[in-house]
Amino acid sequence: MPNAPCDPPGSARPDAPRRVRVQRLGPILVDGPVEVELEDGTTVRSDRFRVALCTCRRSRRYPWCDTSHRRRVQDPPS
Amino acid sequence: MTDDDRRGPALPSARGPLSAAVTAYLRGTGPLPAAEDAADAPPYGDDLQLALYVCYELHYRGFSGVPAAREWDPDLLRVRAALERRFLAALRADTPVHDSLDDALGALLVEPVHGTGVSHWLRDQGELWHLREYAAQRSLYHLKEADPHAWVLPRLWGRAKAAMAAVEFDEFGGGRGERVHARLFADLMNDLGLDTSYGRYLDAACPEALAVVNMMSLFGLHRALRGALVGHFAAVEITSSPGSRRLAEAMRRTGAGAAAEFFYDEHVEADAVHEQVVRHEVIAGLLEEEPDLAADVAFGIDATGHLEDRLGERLLDAWRAGRSSLRAPLAARETAPAPVP
Repeated sequence: MPNAPCDPPGSARPDAPRRVRVQRLGPILVDGPVEVELEDGTTVRSDRFRVALCTCRRSRRYPWCDTSHRRRVQDPPS
Repeated sequence: MTDDDRRGPALPSARGPLSAAVTAYLRGTGPLPAAEDAADAPPYGDDLQLALYVCYELHYRGFSGVPAAREWDPDLLRVRAALERRFLAALRADTPVHDSLDDALGALLVEPVHGTGVSHWLRDQGELWHLREYAAQRSLYHLKEADPHAWVLPRLWGRAKAAMAAVEFDEFGGGRGERVHARLFADLMNDLGLDTSYGRYLDAACPEALAVVNMMSLFGLHRALRGALVGHFAAVEITSSPGSRRLAEAMRRTGAGAAAEFFYDEHVEADAVHEQVVRHEVIAGLLEEEPDLAADVAFGIDATGHLEDRLGERLLDAWRAGRSSLRAPLAARETAPAPVP
């Protein structure tokens, strides 16, 4: 790639607002890395390129999503 | 100076006339099978699946003693194409495909209350020897985890490409060699006393396990099947998180080891993110550019379910009967214990 002395137009700048994606059923998606402060005052970090934050409170890996928000269905007859 | 691959795995033992001819050809000791011979071989059987697997492996790491240039041998490619036609025709004919992509995705985005799959069974009653067999069967894929999907990158544009590359970057350790998922799986195998050499369990793997990996290579290597590759990848990522949680529980309960637990714990979290990115960015981005590919994406999702179901049945049939699921049972420890200093 060519050397670029400055950021291309439209690229994320340090002062650009951070985009967060919310959905009715499912986690909040935010660009990583993130540091999350929990109710007990402790902080946890994730350095993934995108982080899925649990909103249903059912995750066993809270505050990270573990897909526990998914609807449960009866097993199909085998 | 020779162009033979030296570090690749040994060629596998033949399982029938097609795989015998293909491996003999690669050894330089015999002719290729006639392309017509592939036309009536059982499409999911040992012989065709192994012959196809060997052809595809030349695009990954090759085999020890086989010239690297065989990857683009036109006669061999002609045979590979005949094997692929047979396999793909069977997948198209046998896969129950949902009416719409939304239906295909929706069916994966719910969790059964009880569940009857392999990961449920392993969580509830798997013993260490079942987990070792499962890891040996899956090692064909996990030791090259995410490699078959990398082929699709030049066939995507814009949003879909950027998102696919981001997920692959995660699979390849986010820039850190010790976190490449294939490496994490080798660490799991080590915990389970398995040999981590690439290709070591090819001879032991059942044809249903070969078929799953062959499908990835088939979809990955053909631009015409890019929609199916994306669908397949989505199916893997969407189902991985809850399945990995059950497998992590199985590893914990049996005391398999810290690295064995970590591999699946890592996938619970990583794939909960990946499935979101694949649905909202890769699939949506691809269909924005190429809306006609929706049916192929659905086919890729459902073909994955079809082949995973066949593998699951094979494993559970064997284990419920107290039998090994492998073609050659594992030794108590597959590698020499580390020397005592």
